[in-house]
Amino acid sequence: MDRDQTAIQGAKDYQRLVQQLTPKPNAALLAARAFVVGGTICLVGQFVFDWFRFRQPTEGEAIAATLACMILFGVVLTALGVYDDLGQLGGMGAAVPITGFANAMTSAAMDFRREGFVLGMAAKMFIIAGPVIVFGILAGTLTGLVAWLAGGR
Amino acid sequence: MAVQRLGQYTVQLSRPPRITAAFTLMGPREGAGPLGSYFDGIVDDYMWGETSAEKAERKYLEQAARRALQAAGLTEHDVDCFIAGDLLNQIVSSTFSARSLGIPYLGVFAACATSALALGLAAMLVDGGFARRVLVATASHYQAVERQYRYPIELNIQRGATNQYTATGGAAAVVAPPEEGAGPRITRITFGRVVDWGVTNANDMGSAMAPAACDTLMRHFQDTNTTPGDYDLILTGDLAKVGSKVFRALVDRAGVTLGGKHMDGGASMYTPEQWSGAGASGSVCSMAVILGYVYKEMARGRFRRVLVLPTGCLHSPTTWQQGDSCPGISHALVLEND
Repeated sequence: MDRDQTAIQGAKDYQRLVQQLTPKPNAALLAARAFVVGGTICLVGQFVFDWFRFRQPTEGEAIAATLACMILFGVVLTALGVYDDLGQLGGMGAAVPITGFANAMTSAAMDFRREGFVLGMAAKMFIIAGPVIVFGILAGTLTGLVAWLAGGR
Repeated sequence: MAVQRLGQYTVQLSRPPRITAAFTLMGPREGAGPLGSYFDGIVDDYMWGETSAEKAERKYLEQAARRALQAAGLTEHDVDCFIAGDLLNQIVSSTFSARSLGIPYLGVFAACATSALALGLAAMLVDGGFARRVLVATASHYQAVERQYRYPIELNIQRGATNQYTATGGAAAVVAPPEEGAGPRITRITFGRVVDWGVTNANDMGSAMAPAACDTLMRHFQDTNTTPGDYDLILTGDLAKVGSKVFRALVDRAGVTLGGKHMDGGASMYTPEQWSGAGASGSVCSMAVILGYVYKEMARGRFRRVLVLPTGCLHSPTTWQQGDSCPGISHALVLEND
């Protein structure tokens, strides 16, 4: 069979046919699920923050303690095999909070644990989260540079 | 020597060998699916007591192979050749199983179409007199395949309608001359060409493979001068739900009516409640449906002549990250009762 036997003209034409036959994602439903999952994570974060706010001397320390706690929650939920289900349910709602970052590190570390602690777990831990760190440092450096050139602190 | 060929692409076997024994050994999720009752063994534990997914996949493959031999009443010494393939790099599950089986080994790769490639080669070896009996096996494991091709298992990824879920299990068969027992005969083989219509989305393997399935099917019909009406069932491997729709649209555009004859292995593996995106994939998928469902329904006499058309997506994580499209392949086999 050649492509013209099916009257398909090139990759773009084929892609059009595929798109016609692929079920459309329900954007409203996906957004609602992301809102519920992401919102719940943030709500938990807010409770944790409020708890620390009255126990830490400064707001900065309360924020640091909250982030550490949320990372711990992300790690534990990943280790229990729950966080990937949250990702399927909530999409970006589960990926964007810091718990999602913790999940990216932990899931990779768990996967490669069997290839050893050094060349497996430690080296491969960053395969998903690495870019976040790289571009985070880059963005921080650039904004710092701009702020410094603009005469700020 | 007589040429055993039909048309340009099809092999016509002179004394079509039989699949004299088969064994399908599947994971818990596959066992709970609609085809669960057709499988010969269900393992409750994904990891099957092993410490890694790769070791588990190997165990599924080797145990399926050993139990297929047992079902045929044979030992390792009674088969001349072991043809196997899987999805892991350097087809390690097959090679490591071959190491403990100790049978002369031919490792093959056609991604999820490995089933038809292995069965077809086995039938040709037996028919040509180059092997008295051949043992054939494939396996795949969700976790092992997922972490090689895609993401860490526990990563928060939202899979869509075109994603496929790699089936876990191993399936094996013994191919032997027709006088040895019962079982369907492999009468014709059409090895497929690699077809690539430019699908660059590795999360949509169904549409990447559909043109290959259509290509092989059309060439098979042309070479053998048959139509869908000559078969009781036309089984594609693992195009899954979206790929099947695209496949049927392409076949329809090429002017062939499949009617109600088409079934897809990937689309049939899981119930709608078992979330799986478009359906199953993996090199065990088509093999398990052929050796589980088709084999048993042929034995019961429900099907007399079946055209199986496993499909494989031949990309690697490296090629698609570099922007290459996903080439597909499909090999066709005709299984016939006497």
